[in-house]
Amino acid sequence: MDVITLKDVDKIWGNFQALNHVNFQCKEGQLLALLGPSGCGKSTTLRLIAGLETPTSGTIEIKGKDVTFLPPAKRNISMVFQNYALFPHLTVKENILFGLKARKVPVTERRKRLANAVDLLGLSTLLDRKPAHLSGGQRQRVALGRAIVAQSSICLMDEPLSNLDAKLRQEMRQEIRSLQQRLDMTMIYVTHDQVEAMTMADEIILIKDGNIEQHGTAEDLYNRPETIFAAKFIGSPPMNILSPDANLMKAFSSMLPDGITPESHRIGVRPEDIQISENRGINVEIETIEYLGADTMIGCRFGEQRITMTVKGKNRLHIGDHITLDWKPDHIHLFDAQSGRRLKNI
Amino acid sequence: MKSQFRHRYWNHINGWLLVLPAVFMISMFTHYPIITTLYHSFFSTGTAAHPAKFIGLENYSYLLKDEIFWKVLSNNFLYSVCTVPISIAIALGMALLVNRNIKGLSLIRMSFFSPTILPMIAVANIWLFFYTPGYGLFDQILRAFGGNSHNWLGNLHTALFCLIVMAIWKQSGFFMIFYLAALQQISPELKEAGVAEGAGSWYYFRRVTFPLLMPTTLFVAINAVIESFILVDHLVVMTKGGPNNATSLLLYYIYETAFSFWDSSYAATLTVVLVLILAVITVIQFTTMEKQIHYQ
Repeated sequence: MDVITLKDVDKIWGNFQALNHVNFQCKEGQLLALLGPSGCGKSTTLRLIAGLETPTSGTIEIKGKDVTFLPPAKRNISMVFQNYALFPHLTVKENILFGLKARKVPVTERRKRLANAVDLLGLSTLLDRKPAHLSGGQRQRVALGRAIVAQSSICLMDEPLSNLDAKLRQEMRQEIRSLQQRLDMTMIYVTHDQVEAMTMADEIILIKDGNIEQHGTAEDLYNRPETIFAAKFIGSPPMNILSPDANLMKAFSSMLPDGITPESHRIGVRPEDIQISENRGINVEIETIEYLGADTMIGCRFGEQRITMTVKGKNRLHIGDHITLDWKPDHIHLFDAQSGRRLKNI
Repeated sequence: MKSQFRHRYWNHINGWLLVLPAVFMISMFTHYPIITTLYHSFFSTGTAAHPAKFIGLENYSYLLKDEIFWKVLSNNFLYSVCTVPISIAIALGMALLVNRNIKGLSLIRMSFFSPTILPMIAVANIWLFFYTPGYGLFDQILRAFGGNSHNWLGNLHTALFCLIVMAIWKQSGFFMIFYLAALQQISPELKEAGVAEGAGSWYYFRRVTFPLLMPTTLFVAINAVIESFILVDHLVVMTKGGPNNATSLLLYYIYETAFSFWDSSYAATLTVVLVLILAVITVIQFTTMEKQIHYQ
């Protein structure tokens, strides 16, 4: 069942179009990530769903009800903010109970929900502390606690992990995901970090300049990027987008359909799909070698173009070496050079 | 040895040298006068024929029996009790009103603030006209609705309240600026979180905005109380303490005692009492409000 539906939503500030005909659905119990670079409109989308902004046109439905102009309090959602938005003068306990008191939930019920949330999040020893005396991860947990006690089944998260350090971020990623699944929450999760989106989300919506670039599962986005932008945004290092020049065509024309030109087409190939070959492929010169432990990133050049590949572990290559690179036909992604859209694979 | 000595003491010497000009100024013009005032309060007022002599607490026992002193003191308390909370409430209300995006915002802010930039003497002159019997602003308005002429400042029962209204009008805009600055320090995310949690405006104000503004409230309250005791310029222009001391305030009484009656030692005694009252009120405000304040 679709819990959240956006239909033709536009948001315009002055002459800046923040969102352009956004359409999507989010299913019940799903974790949907809104992914994109900063300023792409992902936070705006979330704020529209929360009711902190109203769309210029279009409608927003929650559980089949048109909520486009309903105030946030009546949408039955909870929200976790990027800076947690904890009330600095209130204790952890009061912060968590803030909304329940505002909604005049009876004391016994409040106590029950608090105990439950505190238990889930391991906050029991921190209840009387104020936010200033908590670490980033603990503050994050309090913000989550506030969302959990609301029991609103829909939780909106605006870059909740962006203020945490890398190690903590990974822990919280798993914790949020498991909470979401245990409490069967429908969650919309805004992030600019593709790793967060890929690891946590059931589905990802990739947004660029107020337009949805692609909506699909992590596998869809990785294996079948619909646009050059999606291809470059997902995956680390990003997909190589190459112009099919004479060098490239000489090596790979047999794998490609006719009529491929540098003006009309782009060829995409993921760094991890490239192999070093003894006999056939394209000749390149190694420009950079970055050893990362598990694998090594090798930056190469042919003609005017650069191409990056990754290989397992350490190897004996040196900068300035000439090697031959090869890849399989089904690892080729073909894009239209003008529109940037994916073309039917060969 | 020598370098260690320099290391240890040079910092202190340096620090004292840096604060010396300020210490000198404050000692000369604040601490020294307070001490000499206290000293003079134990002496009689000297004249050419009868030089000042030590009389112990005689000035203080006279003060306890001085009806005018008790009158001006009660006037002053009434004046403070009315002006301080009302000014603060109005200042907070105005700050909340102008802390948002509305058309003509700067104009509203400016108009709220403009009474502050006028000198008290000018304000008193303007309000003197407002209160003028017969053709003053208030009487003209009243007359339009069929009311009678009033001698606002000449009436024992209305005179002090006339001054109170004017003082509130004058200082609320000034206190508003502090509240406005404090409100802009509060992250807008908190408001959004409150809204998303289902908090209504009043609930949010009571649980979040007001507590977060407490440091400002303390600051403003102390200033307002002190102001209500030490700003008496308007009395000179409007009532000169009359009628029958109905509007006289403590500092104005001190001024009269010292420079109209030339009884400088009794004026010193009154001054000591004024300083004590302000010190006690400030300490009480600090200790009672401090407990409830969350500092960022």
